[in-house]
Amino acid sequence: MTGFTLNGKPVSVDVADDTPLLWVVRDTIGFKGTKFGCGIGMCGACTVHLDGRAVRSCITPVNAVAGASVVTIEGLDPQGQHPLQKAWVATQTPQCGYCQSGQIMQAATLLKDYPNPSDADIDAVMNGNLCRCMAYARIRKAIKLAAAEMRGASA
Amino acid sequence: MVKRILIGLLALIVLGVLGTFALAWRPAIAPIDRPAASSFPADLVARGEVLAGAGNCASCHSAPDGQAYAGGLGLDSGFGIIYSTNITPDPDTGIGHWSAAAFVRAMHSGVARDGAQLLPAFPYTHFTQVTDDDLKALYAFLMTRTPVKAEEKTNTLPFPLNIRALQAGWKLLFFRKGVFQPTAGKSEEWNRGAYLSEGLGHCAGCHTPRNALGGEKTRAEYAGSTIDGWLAPALTSANPAPLPWTQDDLYAYLRSGVAPLHGAAAGSMFDVVHHGLAKLPDADIHAIAVYFVDRNGSAALADNKSALLVKTIAFAHRDTGDEATDAGAHLYQVACGSCHYNNSELPLPARPELALSSTLTGPDPSNLIHVMLEGIGRDERMPGVYMPGFAKGLSDADVVTLASYLRRSHSEQPAWADLSGAVASARGIKHQDKGNP
Repeated sequence: MTGFTLNGKPVSVDVADDTPLLWVVRDTIGFKGTKFGCGIGMCGACTVHLDGRAVRSCITPVNAVAGASVVTIEGLDPQGQHPLQKAWVATQTPQCGYCQSGQIMQAATLLKDYPNPSDADIDAVMNGNLCRCMAYARIRKAIKLAAAEMRGASA
Repeated sequence: MVKRILIGLLALIVLGVLGTFALAWRPAIAPIDRPAASSFPADLVARGEVLAGAGNCASCHSAPDGQAYAGGLGLDSGFGIIYSTNITPDPDTGIGHWSAAAFVRAMHSGVARDGAQLLPAFPYTHFTQVTDDDLKALYAFLMTRTPVKAEEKTNTLPFPLNIRALQAGWKLLFFRKGVFQPTAGKSEEWNRGAYLSEGLGHCAGCHTPRNALGGEKTRAEYAGSTIDGWLAPALTSANPAPLPWTQDDLYAYLRSGVAPLHGAAAGSMFDVVHHGLAKLPDADIHAIAVYFVDRNGSAALADNKSALLVKTIAFAHRDTGDEATDAGAHLYQVACGSCHYNNSELPLPARPELALSSTLTGPDPSNLIHVMLEGIGRDERMPGVYMPGFAKGLSDADVVTLASYLRRSHSEQPAWADLSGAVASARGIKHQDKGNP
């Protein structure tokens, strides 16, 4: 049994220690917002927060998160109104939408570290989150919009 | 005449063998009935628990899927596999029949209760320095653990190394018995650090290179060594870190597992910090830092520290390269940058700066490769520090490309030789860190 906190609630799962966190989140617990992309940590679609930092859940074994706090896209904001989520809608960022929960979770960590990110900062941190629809320009725009709102909110 | 010489030689051999066994012979210490756990005062047991942390006994004396202190972990001695023993108080398979005197003799002299010579994979060469008082506390702690029935596994040492009596010869060469003596002229804190590090901590067990017979090279104390495929770096002025390890850095690293201007504890050091040293009070961790900061001579580099930082961070801020033409830059940007990118003069605490890490500047790439493949475990002492392993995502060729790119872009050290060989052996040796399997 591995216990951890998922989106603020304690969970306990009885799976093999090396089961990827992504499988546990989607299949064992049933939160489908986090997506399976490549399964080898090279596309970013499965990004979740582990103790507040973006991490690829497909290569994170569940026993590595014992006792930790895991947050998925469903838990980023209780109402789905995180500034990034609002900016995503406002800028009509997603096309097919498959990568967006990973993009948003990675961007949330980016904004925590760099509240006013430059294009170079966004490129460097978001480079591991692939978007096959090539919505990169809108992703960058949405991140800057959310950053502005968050700076305003915290000012 | 020839016959006489032969007889003489034979006699010498017989005498030699007899002499060795005579030298090796130690009496058995009478078995006792296992003392009731309640016979040990709680404060003594509590003190023993701290000391067991200082020695990180559980690390070797527990198998990956086994119970704590029940032994069975295989250690590759270079001569054969040596299995750790059961040190729970089980009477038949553990140390339940051992008196305190037998335990102290084992720790001080490397001799089991029944008189058998113990192998130096058990670092009695260091434990000999521990005071009787501390050993009695440690004994109380071990004798109050839950007894586990776990048969000893048979070592794979070849003949004649499996003859325990020969250990007496090894001891003549490499073992100096004696409890720690404080060094005059050094502070009490320094001596406390020395006592912990040289005694129970047995830091030199990994950080000092060994000679062909497995003895620590006393003339190369803390010069760094390779253990289980990882590099235990030099703790002297030869340490390869770009910035000097100051007392504050050492304290932060040994206490929390992370020194922001160096990196995070990984491999077996993860275990040492988070499962062993974690039991020690702050004062002891400070003392160990005081001791090693004196040994590593970093004070001499202190004036240079800010210049070194500026220079090193400049490597980090180099253009990462064109991902279209540079496969290493491409891999770095996709696999590493989301966490390791920094844009400031000082790295953010949760964004480990690779340019500052001795894994990139060290003499061999094994630690870098191990961390790429296996990641870094998580512990509440270092919130936000966790790295998943990329063993599935990166091919051997990718790891070579990425390691070579990082060395080239983030340091000014010459390229590593035989990266492919290092990747192959790292894939073969999976470390037994329980924090991040």
